[in-house]
Amino acid sequence: MNVPETNRSDALLTVSGLVKRFPARNGRTVHAVEDVSFEIRRGTTVGLVGESGSGKTTAGRTLLRLIEPTEGQAIFDGVDIFALPEKQMRAYRQRMQIIFQDPFSSLNPRMRVEAIIGEALDACNFPKGERRKARIGELLTLVGLQPEHGRRFPHEFSGGQRQRIGIARALAVEPEFVVADEPVSALDVSVQAQVLNLLSDLQQRLGLTLLFIAHDLSVVEYLCDEVVVMYLGRIMERGPARAVYGSPRHPYTKALLATAPVPDPTRKRTRVPLQGDIPSPIDPPSGCVFRTRCPHAIDACAQTVPQAEHIGENHHVACIRQSELAVAS
Amino acid sequence: MAAIATGPGKTPNLLKRLLARPTSAAGLITITLVVLAAILAPLLTAYNPAQLSIVNRLSPPSPEFLLGTDDLGRDVFTRMLYAGRTSLSVAFAVVIVASLLGITLGLIAGFFRKADAPVSRLIDALMAFPDILLAIALVAALGASAFNVVLALGIVYAPRMARVVRASTLVIRELPYVEAARALAVPTRVILFRHVLRNITSPLLVQGTFIFAQAILAEAGLSFLGVGISPDIPTWGTMISVGRQFMNSAGWILFYPGLAIVVTVLALQLLGDGLRDLLDPRLAKDI
Repeated sequence: MNVPETNRSDALLTVSGLVKRFPARNGRTVHAVEDVSFEIRRGTTVGLVGESGSGKTTAGRTLLRLIEPTEGQAIFDGVDIFALPEKQMRAYRQRMQIIFQDPFSSLNPRMRVEAIIGEALDACNFPKGERRKARIGELLTLVGLQPEHGRRFPHEFSGGQRQRIGIARALAVEPEFVVADEPVSALDVSVQAQVLNLLSDLQQRLGLTLLFIAHDLSVVEYLCDEVVVMYLGRIMERGPARAVYGSPRHPYTKALLATAPVPDPTRKRTRVPLQGDIPSPIDPPSGCVFRTRCPHAIDACAQTVPQAEHIGENHHVACIRQSELAVAS
Repeated sequence: MAAIATGPGKTPNLLKRLLARPTSAAGLITITLVVLAAILAPLLTAYNPAQLSIVNRLSPPSPEFLLGTDDLGRDVFTRMLYAGRTSLSVAFAVVIVASLLGITLGLIAGFFRKADAPVSRLIDALMAFPDILLAIALVAALGASAFNVVLALGIVYAPRMARVVRASTLVIRELPYVEAARALAVPTRVILFRHVLRNITSPLLVQGTFIFAQAILAEAGLSFLGVGISPDIPTWGTMISVGRQFMNSAGWILFYPGLAIVVTVLALQLLGDGLRDLLDPRLAKDI
């Protein structure tokens, strides 16, 4: 278990040694998240990226205890929320919220928008009556909708508008920390930009701390201060977005960045093709989980699980060959 | 998933869409007529269902006695209308009891992982008994009365409702809007009613229609076997039971109540099929 240095006192959430294993058939175990540690400073946005099956969504859900973690600590504002009994956790629920990927299944189709947001207001004991009506209008305006939209049902809105309603619901309880679980990947590209701008705008205006889960690296680059790259439940590389994007040190990060489309037809692409699919988390490879697809894998990679190495500027890489590869390139 | 979470905007034209299909329209119209006939019985006939007339006993259908009279000279048409009241209201009460029990069990099994195995085994165990046999056993244990017949049949049909509720709840439980409610620390009972139950009303309605049809048959069966509601109260089942003795000489006593059962059950089945296809395409594929 590697604990990130906690010299920065402005960390809102410090995750250390987070493990989530699910029981599978025949007594086997799905290793969804293994030994994940990182911290999120107040008012910043951290991007959590990885392919499907990398455990990023599970990690995000466990931080809110929507899924119970198997092991680990999550110090939120000085308190280990993983150790709290559910009753005491309730008090923390409204300080942390979530925005979902699918704008269709994240809103109850039988409830009017005002009832959906009203449920969130109930959660923070907001009084009923005129003030509540005004507050719902205010929240809808905040996310770029009109107060009259409160009378409508979710199916009367487009995907982008529904996502805005989901954001309004999350913000209704005035949370400090918001997990955005791929909030734009289900939307049309033209709408994606609008919702991203809204999120970034709201984050600045409300001083939110954001964990932004995505598989699209360009989206994360645009929005995030720091990036955490996950693969098969483990962190491969993390650090300031500038450092990770500018000088990726882990072979997996390099491969991901190489496959990300860049709107520049003249740019030469350095192909680092990833072969095959992500292995099953039921029986993950020994040692470095990425070694089966890594172009630089050597025998030693199968022996030990690489520990995160600090290579400066809060930039961490989990690869036993990172220093020799850095010299070679 | 989409089948369960249909938008509320679809409900107003559900009636229109049912009437647009010949089979479900026939079912809906027939069942409406049957229910109206039972309600308006005093207006449709001049006779009293219990009025004896020894002179006119076992007389065949005629302009005076539309569907003939039974062994005690009571008008079969009149008795059939009044019997419909009992049969329909017993069946309706069975649907209510079966729904209350089935929804409770189904929600518990579907929503709480730990309760699923024991509750599901109980449901399976109840479903392993033949309907009528279990009903007879329950009525025998509870004693024959209208209330106990309803209770017994409610218990017999509760597992069917419970299965549908459990299956739908398993789907809804995993949807993000339930997660959103949990993230807001919404109490579990509120999640169950506001988010789960409200979104599974379509399969419930479909299943309720089928249970209604089954309950009419089962009540008639119990009455026919003499373990149901007191023979003094006319139901379609008791009428058939009495008519059986005169089956060869006065077939009308047995034939018309039997026809009423066939028509009503068929109409409900057609209506249920229509509802299922319109509200719940996912179920239509399974059955």
